[in-house]
Parts: sequence; structure tokens; C-alpha cells
Amino acid sequence: MNIFDFAHAFFGDSANWQGYDGIPQRFLEHLQYSLLALAVAAAIGLPVGLLTGHTGRGGNALAFIANAARALPSFGLLVLVVLLIGFGLLPVMIPLVVLAVPPILVTTYEAVRTVDPSPVDAARGMGMRESRILFQVEVPVALPLILSGLRSAAIQIVSTATIAAYVSLGGIGRYIIDGLYQRDYEKVVGGATLVAFLALVTLVLFWAAGRFVVSPGVRRREGRAKDSRARTAE
Amino acid sequence: MSGFFDIPSDLQHSWAGLIGLHLREALIPVAAGLLLALPVAQLCGRFRWLYPPVLGLTTVLYAIPSLAFFVVLIDYTGQTELTVMIPLALYSLVVLIPAIVDGVRSVPDETLAAATAMGFGPVRRYTQVQLPIAAPAVIAGLRVATASSISLVSVGALIGNQGALGNLLAAAQKYDRPELAVNAVITMAVLAILCDALLVLLRVLLTPWMPRGAQPGTRSAAGPGKFREAEAEAL
Repeated sequence: MNIFDFAHAFFGDSANWQGYDGIPQRFLEHLQYSLLALAVAAAIGLPVGLLTGHTGRGGNALAFIANAARALPSFGLLVLVVLLIGFGLLPVMIPLVVLAVPPILVTTYEAVRTVDPSPVDAARGMGMRESRILFQVEVPVALPLILSGLRSAAIQIVSTATIAAYVSLGGIGRYIIDGLYQRDYEKVVGGATLVAFLALVTLVLFWAAGRFVVSPGVRRREGRAKDSRARTAE
Repeated sequence: MSGFFDIPSDLQHSWAGLIGLHLREALIPVAAGLLLALPVAQLCGRFRWLYPPVLGLTTVLYAIPSLAFFVVLIDYTGQTELTVMIPLALYSLVVLIPAIVDGVRSVPDETLAAATAMGFGPVRRYTQVQLPIAAPAVIAGLRVATASSISLVSVGALIGNQGALGNLLAAAQKYDRPELAVNAVITMAVLAILCDALLVLLRVLLTPWMPRGAQPGTRSAAGPGKFREAEAEAL
């Protein structure tokens, strides 16, 4: 038996497709935790990143907070929070949000800060208000990089949301944790495949979103800008 | 009475012993990842078409949850340290390869031409010109990889006794001693911050030509700015 046999056996068993422990149910639960965590993390990271990026202040404090948050182990945080406040959805959300805020915050800040200053000055010269400058000039230009921060956060959340099962919640992690304790490798491999699949779907969705929301002018410039940015970097 | 540093005897390690174990299980994979990433990144720099598929592959590997990775590997490598270290090494690639490729690509053509004109062969040019100039970007990648590696080792506690400081988390639940979990989380966070500081120090030592203590904004490409880009483009 190799990994592919395990996966085949898992997905071929119709019992795995029904009921409260069925794949559709667990998949939806996983999606629910992931989206909730991403929404909370974005609600924290995006405004702060946009504001600090626009004013260009607080970069060092931001880098420090992001580094400190990155140093906190997700799994350790989960166990600690469960021990302190008990089981539930909140103990799962805390480590996921702590995990997802740094990439969103730091990339958004960096994306807005590195926008070419001449169009921003031109907008200011035309008498645009600061909020309009931010949302109509800086954000559209910075959007590809902002999206990449969200994507990085989303993939980490999807892959880490499996720990929810460790504290008796559902999600795809259920298969991995249960399979581990039951010595049922079929389940473990099936769960791992599902999470990897969901992560790939996330990648594709963000790629499609980028095609859809990024203005064509910015998109075309991206390829060249990346190269020239790397060239002039030093 | 059980105190903050009283480690249950079934872990077979003192607090300091767990720290050593944790550092070994976290840092060896990053070093192995770096050794693997250097030649792969060099190939990606030489053959441009190779870069997107390599990035895609590392991203897919990164998306596999660590716990699932560990459990699948148990079949091949047993409940050993190696089972924890192999996934961590593969995870580090997703940050390290783009960091090295971008760093090496950022070397100006004139600099390379000057090195060639001085009679540098390809190997000497790589080790004495390209790598030193790419050092800030590479170290930026190493910082992200090290922090995540230190955090992920703790998941090894779930496959038996291989989580180093993570085993304290399991013990905290088993014996209902929350202070052990606090101890584990704080110790891991401090370890990550210390390793991060050491890497920053290493960058300062390796790049004596860069202005010390400069604001990130004034040299966005070389300092933390590059690190953010490396992170942004890693996934």
C-alpha cells in the first residue's frame, strides 16, 4: 500500500461521503473556520496596513509586532488558550488570526508604501483628499501585492485550521487526528489530500480574483515592474 | 508542589535539554533546506522556465498540514526526529528558493560583467560576487523559515514524543498544569526572537558595506523590505 492506494481507498468509500462525519460536512466546517479567521485577520491587518502604509509611519513598530506574532507557535497558543478559557470556537480563532495577521499587515504596509510617489503627488496636486488618494490611487496600484499577502495568509490558515480538530471541533483535521489515534492511515492520507486540495483551490481563487479586480494597466506593468524593481534594487 | 520549570519526568529531559532538542529539530531542517535551495535556485536562475513549476511544487508541499505530513512519514521513518525534520526542511523551501532567486537576480549586470572582466570563473563569481550581494535577501528568507520552523516543531508532540518543547503542551493537558503550556509558548517565542536577532546580526556582519542602523525605508530592497517582498512572493 502506498499513499495513492490509501487516498483511493478513502475517496472510494461511499461511507466517507455521508453524514456528520462525511467529506462534504467536514469540508464546509473547514471552509467556515478558514473564512472566519481570514475575515477577522483582514479586518485587523488591512486597515492598519493601509493607514501606516499611506502615512509611511510606524513601519518599525509594525515589523516588530509582526515578528513577535510570527514567533508565537500556533499549536502552543491553541493548547494554552484551551487550557485557560476552555473549548469552543474562540480558542481556534485566536491562533489562526495571530498566524494570519503578520503577512496581511506587513505586505499591505509595504505595498502601499512602495507605490510610485509621482502619481500620488499628482493626485494631491489636483486637490484630492487623503482618503481619495488612498483608495483611488494607492490601493489600485498596490492591489497585486496586497492580494498576495491575503493569499499567503489564506493558505496558512487553510493548512493550520486542521488543529481545530485537536480541540474537539470539526473540519478536515478531524480525519487527520482521528486517523492518527485509530491508526487508520486511509483517513490521514485522505484528510491531508483534502487540505492540500483546498489550498490549491485557494491559490486558484486568488489568481482569478487578481485577474478580475486588478486594473489591466497595473497588471500589464506588473511583469516588467518586478524585473526592473529587482534590477534597480541594490 | 509543581513549579514553572518542573518538567514531568516522562519527558526524559530537563528544561534546558528540551531547548537544545527544540533548536536541533528546528534548525537542522532550515540548514538542510538552505543546502537544497541553493542549487535549485541556481538552476531556476539559469533556466527561467523552471522557476514557476518549482514555485508551484513548493507551494503545494507547503499546503500539506504538518501533522498530516508527519503521520504519513511515520510509515517510512518511524516516530523519530527525522519524521519531524523532513517536512520542516521541505516547508522552508517555499521561502528560501524565491529569496535566493530574487537575491541573485538583483545583482546588476555591470557588476557581473566587471567580475568576469577581472577573470572570475563562474564558480568564483557565484561564491564571491553573487552570493555576498544576495546575502540580505537570503537571510531575510532564513528569518521567516527559522521562525516558522521553531513554531512547527511543537506539532511533533502529536505523533508521540517528538515535539521537544511541544511535549510540554501535551504534558500540560495530561497533568492539567497550564503553567507548563505558558512555559512552552514563552520559551518558543523567545527562542524564535533570539534566532531572528542572531540572523540580523549575521546580516550586519556579512554586509559591512551597508549603512548600519539605517531605516528600512531608505534601503527597501536590501533590508526588511526585501524580506517582506520575499514573503509576499513566496506563496
